[in-house]
Amino acid sequence: MVQIKRIQEDGLDIIVPIGEVDASSSIELDLVIAKSVGEGYTKILVDCTALEYISSAGLGVFMSYIEEFKDKHIRMVLFGMNERVANTFEILGLNELLTIAGDKAQAKQLVA
Amino acid sequence: MKSVYKVGCSIENLRGIRDFIRNALKPYGVRELDISEMVLAMDEMCSNLMIHAHHCNPDDLFELSVRVDKNLGVVFEIIDDKSVFDINAFEEPALDHIVHEKRKGGLGIRLVKAIMDHVEYEHQKGKTVCRLTKKVQFN
Repeated sequence: MVQIKRIQEDGLDIIVPIGEVDASSSIELDLVIAKSVGEGYTKILVDCTALEYISSAGLGVFMSYIEEFKDKHIRMVLFGMNERVANTFEILGLNELLTIAGDKAQAKQLVA
Repeated sequence: MKSVYKVGCSIENLRGIRDFIRNALKPYGVRELDISEMVLAMDEMCSNLMIHAHHCNPDDLFELSVRVDKNLGVVFEIIDDKSVFDINAFEEPALDHIVHEKRKGGLGIRLVKAIMDHVEYEHQKGKTVCRLTKKVQFN
């Protein structure tokens, strides 16, 4: 189960998933990202500090936006992952395909 | 000692499966990161089974067990009466293909194969047993 907040800050849209993203809840993450894109945000941060777990369904959501973001010049940076969540991205090498920062300050620099 | 969990095929039950595995492995001094990887692999196996073999019917039940063997490592068994898709026979799509096609699926089996050491299938009395093993260190 996941709760997802959105915070707008300095022209950035910050998406904050809280809890666990799995096959039953990844649709919510997808809808929130689609909404952010639909509202015209071109700089999106994903605050993962309260993300406790992510399965392939959640990873797939991020992967599915890579091409679209490239085409639309949208930048997305994920930050604040705990060790277990970071490891999930690293197992498949997705940390090479997505932009991942340690903290919010670094994420803001990368998206600027 | 073997822990057994019977679960209905609703994807809402995946959280319960993850909790079951964490609780079953906690007493054995398995590294936190190893536990989280095995939880992830079994979440993928169970969600695949629920979605593709049982179409998320909550009345369909399967059995998941966890056994810790100091020599073999951690042994999981999924016992189901449906014919279970053999992941060893599946060739995962390349990552760049998944990105190009904007696909959301195709990563789960890749995770299972990356995490678990061995996956085998056995047929017993009309049931399919899928056995997954991983060698881990015990503290």
